[in-house]
This record gives sequence, C-alpha cells and structure tokens, in this order.
Amino acid sequence: MSNSKPDELSQINYMPPDEDWMDTAVHMKKGMYCHGANENSLKTVGFPNPRQWSSSETNWKLPENWQEIVIKGMAERLEKYRSFHIFMDICVRCGACADKCHFFLGTGDPKNMPVLRAELLRSIYRREFTKAGRILGRFAGARELTEEVLKEWWYYFFQCTECRRCSVFCPYGIDTAEITMIARELLNLLGLNIEWIAGPVANCYMKGNHLGLEPHTIKSSMEFLVDEIEELTGVKVEPTFNRKGAEILFVTPSGDLFADPGTYTCMGYLMLFHELGLDYTWSTYASEGGNFGSFTSNEMGKRLNSKIYAEAKRLGVKWILGGECGHMWRVLNQYMDTWNGPADFLEAPVSPITGTKFENAASTKMVHISEFTADLLKHDRLEIDPSRNDHYKVTYHDSCNTSRGMGLLEEPRYIINKVCKNFFEMPENTIREKTFCCGSGSGLNASENMELRLRGGFPRANAVKYVHNKFGVDMLACICAIDRAALTSLMDYWVPGVRVIGVTELLANAMKMKGENDRQTDLRGDPLAGADDGEAKEDSEDA
Amino acid sequence: MKILLPFLGVMGLVIVAFVGVELLNLQYLFGVIIPYVAFITFMVGVALRVLKWGKSAVPFCIPTTSGQQKSFSWIKHNRFDNPSNNLEVVGRMALEVLLFRSLFSNTASSLKKEEGDLVHGSSKWLWIAGLAFHWSFFILVFRHLRLFIDPIPPMLYLVDSLDGLMQVGVPVLYWTGLIFLISATYLFIRRAVIPQVRYLSLPNDHFPLLLLIVIALTGLVMRYFIKVDIIYVKDLTIGLFKLNPVISHHLGLIFYIHLFMVSVLLIYFPFSKLMHAAGVFLSPTRNMPNNSRRIRHINPWNYPVKVHSYEEYEDDFREKMKGVGIPVEKE
Amino acid sequence: MPDKGKIIYLLVIFIAIAAFPFIYNSLATPVDMKIKLNTPVIDSMKVKQCIVPKEEMRRGHMKILNRWRDEVVRESSRDFGMIDGVMYEKSLQRTCMHCHSNKSEFCDRCHAYASVDIYCWDCHLAPKENKP
Repeated sequence: MSNSKPDELSQINYMPPDEDWMDTAVHMKKGMYCHGANENSLKTVGFPNPRQWSSSETNWKLPENWQEIVIKGMAERLEKYRSFHIFMDICVRCGACADKCHFFLGTGDPKNMPVLRAELLRSIYRREFTKAGRILGRFAGARELTEEVLKEWWYYFFQCTECRRCSVFCPYGIDTAEITMIARELLNLLGLNIEWIAGPVANCYMKGNHLGLEPHTIKSSMEFLVDEIEELTGVKVEPTFNRKGAEILFVTPSGDLFADPGTYTCMGYLMLFHELGLDYTWSTYASEGGNFGSFTSNEMGKRLNSKIYAEAKRLGVKWILGGECGHMWRVLNQYMDTWNGPADFLEAPVSPITGTKFENAASTKMVHISEFTADLLKHDRLEIDPSRNDHYKVTYHDSCNTSRGMGLLEEPRYIINKVCKNFFEMPENTIREKTFCCGSGSGLNASENMELRLRGGFPRANAVKYVHNKFGVDMLACICAIDRAALTSLMDYWVPGVRVIGVTELLANAMKMKGENDRQTDLRGDPLAGADDGEAKEDSEDA
Repeated sequence: MKILLPFLGVMGLVIVAFVGVELLNLQYLFGVIIPYVAFITFMVGVALRVLKWGKSAVPFCIPTTSGQQKSFSWIKHNRFDNPSNNLEVVGRMALEVLLFRSLFSNTASSLKKEEGDLVHGSSKWLWIAGLAFHWSFFILVFRHLRLFIDPIPPMLYLVDSLDGLMQVGVPVLYWTGLIFLISATYLFIRRAVIPQVRYLSLPNDHFPLLLLIVIALTGLVMRYFIKVDIIYVKDLTIGLFKLNPVISHHLGLIFYIHLFMVSVLLIYFPFSKLMHAAGVFLSPTRNMPNNSRRIRHINPWNYPVKVHSYEEYEDDFREKMKGVGIPVEKE
Repeated sequence: MPDKGKIIYLLVIFIAIAAFPFIYNSLATPVDMKIKLNTPVIDSMKVKQCIVPKEEMRRGHMKILNRWRDEVVRESSRDFGMIDGVMYEKSLQRTCMHCHSNKSEFCDRCHAYASVDIYCWDCHLAPKENKP
C-alpha cells in the first residue's frame, strides 16, 4: 500500500527534467513495479528462459545471447505485425497522446507519455533496422540496446495497461497497446515476465481459470451463491456444470466466483438465467473468460482461449454467452475467431427468449451479456422495478477494452437506465471512447505495485469524485471483473464512500423473479429505499 | 542541442547551395542533377517503403473503436468512428486524412493542485495548426504545377485566383504561402517551447520543420522581394520535366537555395517520419472495419499451438469431479 | 500480402500523381513562345531601349506598374523622368503600350506560360490590334 495520503499523491509534477530522456537512467521505484515471474510458472507453460530472479536486484541473470534473442524477436515481429512495423516508422511525435495516458497523468513521469514509451522501443528499432539510425545514430533517434535499456523496457512496458486511450487521439491511430504487447513478447523471450501474470497464466492453463479454482471448488463456490440467492429471494436457482446438450455455454471471468463485489454480479447472472429458464451450462474446464495469456504473448493468448471453443464443441452447445469482463472482450471480439475459429460447429446466436438474431456475432458465435440483456429489456421480457435501486446514485465506468476494442457503449447504458432511476454520467472527456483506465488492467492488479495502481487510477477516480461531489454518486457501475476488484481499492483511497457494482448486479436488484419473497434488501444485504429497518414495506410488490 | 544541431544542419545546406552556385558555378549540378536524383529517390524510396510495410502481415482485426459498435437496429451505430464495413472505413479514413478527425477530438488535461482536480478540456490548437499546415502545403504544391506543366489547364487559374483572393499587393499575395509559413513556424515554436513536447522531440523532428521554413521563406522572398524571372524558372522546370533540361544564367542564388532545399526534402522523405503521409493509409487501427465477430479475419501465419486438452484436464481432476457430481467422459 | 491489390492501387495512384508533369508535358502542345517583339514603333527607334534595363523589366515590371498606379492616382505624380531627352509619362497605355502595342503577343503569351492572371485590363482599354 502506498503510505502517501491522497492529497500528497495528487501533487503531480508534469515538468520533464532538463536532461535528455536517453541520458536518464531508469530508476526502479518500489511500489511502481511487480515481482518477477517464478521459474515454475514459466515452466508450466513452457516459456523460454525460466529461472529464479528478482526484479529488485541488479543481476537479472539474463541468457548470454540476450541481445541476439531480442533483435531476432523484433525482426520476426516486424514481418508478422504490420501494426508494429508501421508504428515504428510513422510517429511524428506531435505529442497529442502525451496527456492522454492515465499513467502519465498520475505519475508525471515523462517516459509514461505514450510517445516516449514507444520511443524506448523505436530507438532500438532505428539502430538495428534502419539505415538512417545506423548511420546518424542519435541524431536520428537511435541508441544501443544495453541492459539499462532492457530494464527500462521492463519497467515501463509493465506500466502500460494496453488501454488504447492514446490510440483514439493519435492522428495515425498508433496504438501503444500493440507496442506494449510486442515489447512484452520480447521480454518474455528472456523470461522477464511478472508473476502476477505468469502465475494466473499457469493456473489457467492447467486448471482452466486464473485463480486456479479446481472443479469441485467452483461448484462449492457456486453453491454458496445459490444459497445466498435463496436466502435473499426464496428462489432456488440450479446451475449446471459441464452439461452436454445445453443450448448455451456461459463463460465469465473466474474473479466473479471468488470475491465481492464480483460475486454479486455472479449472483445476478444466476438469477437472470434462472428467471429466463435459460438452457445453459457452466464449464469448469473453460472456467475463465479473461485471458492473461494475451498479456504475455499472442501464442499464450491463443493457447488459453482455445478452451472456450473446445469446450463448446465437446458439450455440443449452439452458441456461447460471455459475462462482464474487459480484456476478455477485446480478445473475444478481435482475436478469438482468428486464433481458434472457425466455430462452424456452433450456430449463429439467437436469443431463445426474444428470437433476436445477434447478427454482429454471426461468425464468432459469442454474445456479450449486455447485448443479451439489453435485447431482453427492449422486448420487455423481464419484470423490472427500478425503484429497487433508488438507494443508489449510480455512475458508469466504460471498460477500456469494451469501449476502444469493441464499441460496446450504449448497451450497458440502456440497461442501467432501465433498471435504476439515479444515473449520472461522468464528464464527457472521461467516458465512452475517452474513458480512463482503472490503472490496473493488463495484469497489473498486483499488490506490490499499489502506488502505480493508485496513480494510474487517479484520472478515473478524479472523474468519479466529480460526480460524487456534484450529484452524491455512491455507486460506480462497470462491466469488468478487474474493474470490480481494482476500482474498489481505487475508490477506498481516492473517493471513500463510493462502491463498485456490476451492471448485472444492478439488473438483478431490480428484477422481479417469479415466486420471490418480498425483497427487503439488495443482493449485498443493503436495505432498499423505503424499507425501514427490516420492517415490511407497505406498498410491497406481490410475490 | 536537439534544436541547434538540425538548425546548423539546415544552415549548412544553405551554405552548400551558396558555395556550389555562387563560388563554384555548379548550376548544372544544383539545377539538374540533384533535382533528378532527389525525385527518383523520393519515388523509389516511398514505393519501396510502402511495399516493405505491405509485406508485413495483418494477423488480427484490431481497429481502435472510437464510437458505438453496430449491434441492434435500435441502437445508433457510429459509422465513422466504429466502421462495420469497408465503405464506412473509407469514410473514416477520409475524415482522418482530410480533416484529422482524431486530432480534432484532442483534449488538454490540467491539474488544479489545490483541489487535486484533473480537468480535461477541449484543445484545438494542434488540430488547427496541423490542418492549416498540411492543407496550405498541399495547395501550395498544387499551385506549383503552373511551373511544371505547359500549357496550363483552366483549373489551375481558378486555384490561383482563389488563393490570391482580395488581390493584396503585386504580385498578388497567395494566402496559402503566408498560412504555411505561420503554421510551420507555430509548429516549430510549439516544439521548441512547450517543455513536454520539447522533451519528447528528436533532432529529426526539428530538422524537417526548419527545412520547410527555409523553403517557404526562400519561396516568399523570391516572389515578393528579390524577384526572379519566372519565365527562366519555368524554362528550367519544364526542361526538367521534358527530360531536356536547360540551365539559364539569369536565375539567382535564392532560386537555387529553394530548389536545393526542396531536393533535400525529397531525398529525406522516404527515410524519415515524413512517411506518415503514406503510413496513415496502412494503419491497421484505422483502416479496418470492426466486424471480426461477424466475419472471421484470417491470420496468414496462424499455426497450431500446444494446448491443455479437456482429456488431460479430466485426467487431473476426474475423482474430484465425480465426487461433486460433475459429469465426466470416462468413468 | 493479403491486401496486395489495395497497396498496389495506392502506389499506382501515388506514382501517377508524382509523375503527372512528365506525362502531361509529353502529351500536351506547349504555348508558342516564339514572340515577335518588334512593333512598327520599336522598329522606328534609333536606340532600341526600354525605360529600365530589359532584365530588370522582365522581373519587376509589375512592381513598376503598381507603383505608377499608386503615384498617379493618389499623388497625381505623372512624370517618370527624362531618358535621352525624352520625357516619359507614368502611363500603361501611353508609355508601355505605345511601343508594345502587340498585347496578345507581348503580354499574354508569357502570362499564359507562367499562369499569371493580371487585372490591368479590368480598367484599362486593351489596345486594338490587327489580329491575323
């Protein structure tokens, strides 16, 4: 945890030093970086150069020919990724991206300006792959690949959450997420991962989910939630696992099974699907929607993602429904079909309730829960009492990936507006495609880098603070499991009094279930507005 | 140093032209050979660079979606910021290339330290200057066609007279020339003065700006102050374009400096960031539709990977699964 | 190269634009620049000279004319000065066009060649020429 108080941490100096950035050696500040990856985590998935090393020590035990590995890795990726090749060449350093990065805004460290983050890599590209760089050297912005440079890469490419906000403003669409992904692949070739990513990757590979929940644990976690729901509503929901012949496979991040407030969102899923009588199943093999593999390398992302289609095929479902998660949807929208498709064993998704064909998912055959739910509400297939959310004043945080890697902006808003009456938007330059990252995405939600996370989350928190002060907002809605974990710490630090809630939890609060009790509290046990101290409401809804 | 070096470089180039033309009388070198070399380097260099980019694969469909996706008919789809097909991509690219749409949405963030508030306001200066710079540059180059072709089509007269609108001075002031000089100077000063922008700039960011400023200055001086005989200029340029160059002794130093700097720009172009002019068309985050869930995007180098199969998983956990009643394949 | 076609199109367009002057000039018929400068008035002159040296005039005639206009209209200053005992007036029609009465050759050819649109004749009457 950061020892600084919020009013100290927010005194950020944006003035760059006098010294040129190429002359400024990396200063690895504690609290701003994660632990290096464990040998075993890398070995589990067969990553190169596994070893015990520590990022806070000077000797990183690099393989002898590390420079050669990096340069060869770059050459290979220049041919494999046009994005990388173009982005190395065409930046004009106009600086439009500089103050778009939450890490720059939160730290003032000039190497967190997206343009300079990319220059860390470009300077080596120019030196090794361009004539101008080889001949003119520093005049052309080129420099040698030294161990210092490598450490700088490691430090700063694990200070980027691949949120793509800079890419929205770049006149050429240069996307630092692409550059960071490549840089992390290069670091990965040398075994320079972080444990917070490598550990979950190993877990997910062997056990099916990042948290390493084994099948019986998943079932017991779920049973706990089932009991909670019964206690709350009197309705017994009956989820099934690995059931062959179900119509729909449901996949969501494992984080939602494990800790609140994610668990409330998970209860929301269970209640919604029960109420609809949906013929669906959970899987313990494909029990992870998220994909930390995509934070290490394209190949690892594909290896983890393959389980979803494999399981859908084995169980013989018609299509797949995906829960609330950010980077999961970047992967599902832009990578899954390419990696592991074509999913010709599935059918183009059709809502069994409304008959709506999800044309936009015709090939991938995977539908976002917010799309599914918005369609239900549009067709009035759920009985909704929005006043059950009257005790909340809600604002909505767009996840980086669902907004800038998909464009899912209106569907969640449509749901929120249907299920609650007090909805307030944050300032327009901080939402939708301009949304600010939670500061903990792309595998950076560890605890040892808490200062980095709090700083990176500062712009987001600050916008929440604005609506908190102005409208009394006390609930921050989102559709991302990492958000639910990360924004909670962020709010506790920067805007105490604001809690975090999944959109499906909001929905489940407002949804009247067939055969339910007279509900006095919401899913978290907070009394509903108008329900006095557990006394029966006078105008209670009929069960 | 970052500014001084390119400044000295540009001045050095001016001196080279001066020495070459005034002292060594190398008019043919500066008027014919270097321009030809420059033109060929430019054409071939740009083409090769683009082909090289083209050889790199586009493995994934990764547009940056800056607006609402196409989902339901009752949700308004943002065609230009989140295109769903190639036609809409053309729209997005056109807005990007012609109007700098992404830069239009630029914001500036400032921290009010006392309250600890971050404020993000709209900021259009860079957009305005960038647009003025590029458009005036384009019109200006287009206007130069009057020196490159013979006879002159009426269309050129129209552009000329529009650019000279209000008939200020004689020869009539071309607005684009003035706007170009002002916007290029603004962009240079911005780079030199704003601390963060100065910090992230490289020598080769200042160099082309200074080069362009010198080109603009010599051009303006030639037109309005130290007059050159335009007929001799055109005789030379037309000769170049007819592959039958004739050197005239009536062309002064200022013309050769102008021509030499343009040649340097053309040679510099394919090897520098100026290639953004071509690169923007190939940028995968802008030139792809966001339709990867509807139509499968093919990765040309997709290869099979090692996965942990369901069978292996069941082998690891069969007893535990059976214990809690989760169905298994092998009993 | 999956989008080979598109990239080739792009390059062809680029090359066509960049090489346009070469192509255009090889196909078009150029402006006829064989100009007969001598008019009867000039032929009858003993010393064939202009009011300022020829090269200076070629480069700077527009400035002279512009200055004349301002001086004549705003300051009523009409005398240009004596050259070889002859008084010259600041007058486009009575001085310049007196000798160079062949406007369509003397003025227009070069202005067309260099694409310089002039507005002298918006006010002044163009001299009558015996058009062939």
